[in-house]
Amino acid sequence: MSEMKTIHSLEELEELAEVLREEQKSKSRITVCTGVACSSLGSEELAKELSEESKNLENCEVKKVGCKGLCALGVLVEDDKNMYHSLKKDDAKNLLAMMEGTQESSEYILSKDIPFYSKQKKIVLENAGYIDPDSLDDYIAADGYKALFSAISDMERSEVIDEIKKSGLRGRGGGGYPTGLKWSTVEKAIGDQKYVICNADEGDPGAFMDRSVMEADPHRVIEGMAIAAYAVGANKGYLYIRAEYPLAVKRIKLAIKRAEKFGLLGENICGSGFSLKLDVRLGAGAFVCGEETALLSSIEGKRGTPTPRPPYPAESGLWGKPTLINNVETYANIAPIIRNGGDWYAKIGTESSKGTKVFALTGQIKNSGMIEVPMGITLEQIIFEIGGGMALGREFKAVQTGGPSGGCIPRDHLNLEVDYENLKSVGSMMGSGGMIVMDESSKMVEVAKFFMEFCMSESCGKCVPCRVGTVQMYEILKKISKKDGTRKDLALLEELCDVVRNTSLCGLGQSAPNPVVSTLRFFKEEYENLLVESRCHISISKEA
Amino acid sequence: MYVRPKPPSDDKRFKQLMREMKRHGYARNSLIEVLHSAQEAFGYLEDEVMKFVALSLQLPLSKVYGVATFYSFFTLKPQGKHTCVVCTGTACYIKGADRIMESIENEYGIKDGDTTEDDELSLLSARCFGSCNLAPMAIIDGEVAGYLDEDKTLKWLKGVLYV
Amino acid sequence: MATKQVKTLKIDGMDISSIQGSSILEVAREHDIYIPTLCFVEGLCAVGSCRLCLVEIEGSGKLLPACTTQIYEGMSVITNSEKLLKYRQMILSLMFAERNHTCAVCVSNGHCDLQAMLQILHMDHIKVPYMFPRLKVDATHDRFVMDHNRCILCSACVRVCDEIEGAHTKDIEGRGIKSNIITDFAQNWGDASSCTTCGKCVQVCPTGALSEKGKAVSEQLKRRSFVSYLKSMREDVL
Ligand SMILES: Cc1cc2nc3c(=O)[nH]c(=O)nc-3n(C[C@H](O)[C@H](O)[C@H](O)COP(=O)(O)O)c2cc1C
Ligand code: SF4
Ligand code: SF4
Ligand code: FES
Repeated sequence: MSEMKTIHSLEELEELAEVLREEQKSKSRITVCTGVACSSLGSEELAKELSEESKNLENCEVKKVGCKGLCALGVLVEDDKNMYHSLKKDDAKNLLAMMEGTQESSEYILSKDIPFYSKQKKIVLENAGYIDPDSLDDYIAADGYKALFSAISDMERSEVIDEIKKSGLRGRGGGGYPTGLKWSTVEKAIGDQKYVICNADEGDPGAFMDRSVMEADPHRVIEGMAIAAYAVGANKGYLYIRAEYPLAVKRIKLAIKRAEKFGLLGENICGSGFSLKLDVRLGAGAFVCGEETALLSSIEGKRGTPTPRPPYPAESGLWGKPTLINNVETYANIAPIIRNGGDWYAKIGTESSKGTKVFALTGQIKNSGMIEVPMGITLEQIIFEIGGGMALGREFKAVQTGGPSGGCIPRDHLNLEVDYENLKSVGSMMGSGGMIVMDESSKMVEVAKFFMEFCMSESCGKCVPCRVGTVQMYEILKKISKKDGTRKDLALLEELCDVVRNTSLCGLGQSAPNPVVSTLRFFKEEYENLLVESRCHISISKEA
Repeated sequence: MYVRPKPPSDDKRFKQLMREMKRHGYARNSLIEVLHSAQEAFGYLEDEVMKFVALSLQLPLSKVYGVATFYSFFTLKPQGKHTCVVCTGTACYIKGADRIMESIENEYGIKDGDTTEDDELSLLSARCFGSCNLAPMAIIDGEVAGYLDEDKTLKWLKGVLYV
Repeated sequence: MATKQVKTLKIDGMDISSIQGSSILEVAREHDIYIPTLCFVEGLCAVGSCRLCLVEIEGSGKLLPACTTQIYEGMSVITNSEKLLKYRQMILSLMFAERNHTCAVCVSNGHCDLQAMLQILHMDHIKVPYMFPRLKVDATHDRFVMDHNRCILCSACVRVCDEIEGAHTKDIEGRGIKSNIITDFAQNWGDASSCTTCGKCVQVCPTGALSEKGKAVSEQLKRRSFVSYLKSMREDVL
């Protein structure tokens, strides 16, 4: 890297990539997962030991990489041939012996043919777990920044947008708004200054896809943003990242610095006159700031309260200027689409939802971890094939998607093909991609109460229905779960759900009733069994 | 021209904070970034610090206070010597985060957000660190403690407190 | 300056034309069509927070606040329907239940916008349980009193103090149900050095939350026309 200079053209970039790939081929590589889960199991120590121990091996390189996905079986390490699992921090010597074939390894080798890997399709995560997130070389060797440079040098802005439109990509931040359409609105909006923003607030509790993408492959997000900025005509951008993700912040900041140093960001990129300055802004623990207008207020240094839309940020966003806001995963899809073409992408997925989706699979499931699957895969395949079924041998009860804005899907709908519309049709939503599997021990009223408590304490307090309505609903749920609720309380709860959903100012309030509505739809008997009246009824009939 | 205020004391951390504000060009919209730096330097947002920030950035006092109290990442109370942040996100909740919280509350007689009287331990909660695979988990003095149960949590705390 | 375009639309079936950039509420008021409001004050930025002015737009399932939604060509607005009334009644119920509105002992009894809204929406009871929070009364200011029990967090006082008076003495602390109006550093109003004692906040407050000291209940009538007057004066200067 030291002899690397500013890259001025696509040709220079491709040449460099070729050189770097040759260099990599000449070495054997051991990659150690240092994602959150593996780190907490001592993967950092293991990586250090491995480097020490392998020092005198010729042409061997130990790399710390981002999350390899199957967190439940950490620490994961991979060499050119095999993936090894369930390693401990002091396993370095054993592992090297296994790799050399001088030690029995079968119980540590993880076949790549298991459904956990074979049923996945990696686009967003294609580099995750293979490249060193802090190395620009690694990213360039993996065709990094090629899409940006070819867009700038060979494509008109409108062509870039057309390609995204063709791909059918929809926003991965929850709403599923067509990305190409959003880009063209911003492109058409009149303004001397435009902004691009990456929404990395990932507030949905139980979701960590965006975090993993930023930690495992930060340049991919930056490249996506840069292509977007070129397409819509923006020269300044912000990544709004949760303060709870310090490592992601560090990696993204470093990636920006490196990209700037080599002319991949900054002034006059690729000699085209196109410039882009990116900056990081920290969130500060407010779920509502994931909502785009609240996010804008927060970047402006204010209380993160949403403002009514219209006007949409595309027309009047940051400081009143046209602003493009997309999610981390949305941006992470852009470079591959430009590299391989929109048609290629549109071949994956369902009629209405194209491409893949990354999910954070957690809860009472065996293979908890991070997965990327094609749209249209069924819930059953995700949970029982990729996920390996329920942990502790318990019965499946429901799967929660969409976080506090989503719902619980019962076993009758396990054959549902996952896409935006289908999830909505069963009262849930795609959301950002948290998927929490619950077994028979979960009580649905408690689950609804949990999410309502969340919405209540995350409400910004600006509008009445959400500020007061969520508290009223929470109190009723509390009453019912303590077996103090009556049929009248339940009726009031249902009325409140309707009012809060239809009258709240922003998406937080509008979707806050969803977990209640969905559990009422599929598990109403659990509510009714807790009502006080039914007990009264019995006691009266006894007396009579 | 507006004369920016002098730091209220010659505590080095104020100098540091001034440099940070200067780096942002004293832009009013950098308030949240500046509060982050202030909290990092001082451990929490003291009144004196917030007032200094307000004056330096030429922002109304009520606005700074309003922003600082809107975001739950900011704390206006000093923290204990040790902190335990229990994750109360969905995955952790499903796996019993509430019981872990309760066991700490009972053992140390403090509630979520409180600090023990002897300033040893502050108990906090947070919504999801994105480490759901380790559920239920907590962050104790900056270190990730995963796959917790009541016993394991209390043992872990005993290992760091009063030593 | 370019002349503003005229847009034609329907409100409650009536054909209306008005200039581009006007809000539904402004246009409705020009034509004496009543839409209930509590957080809107003429001359201050509209925030759309009380949600009482929600109206239906034909062909769109979503309800939109009349105070912040601009008119567009061909839109058809319904300002009153059974559905809207039902929603408005519940929203007003939520407002009443949030804090302690005991009208009989309130300084604004008889000329309070919140109280009047009960009649306008034909309500004789509140649909949700009262929450009875314990809140303070700040009587430390020489001339004014802030009774948090009566506050509906409409933010009119915050806006007038910032946008018109330019003092920004008031703001909101906390979030969600813990939101609260503060003066300066969340200190007693009497100690808030930025307050100019202009009293504009008292005038725009729709309830008895802000009142003048030493005035009888009958004298607590509020005057608001100064806000749009001052705003237009200021625009002329600029
Ligand atoms: C309460 C609330 C929270 C949200 N949180 C997030 C979030 O954490 N991350 C995100 O990307 N989008 C979030 N969104 C969606 C954003 O408002 C916005 O639609 C999205 O960032 C647009 O990007 P996309 O088109 O790429 O999905 C949230 C929306 C609401 C209403
Ligand atoms: S719906 Fe809730 S979060 Fe959204 S503006 Fe209203 S109070 Fe704030
Ligand atoms: S004090 Fe009055 S004007 Fe201010 S927010 Fe409360 S009700 Fe509105
Ligand atoms: S007047 Fe429009 S929301 Fe209050």
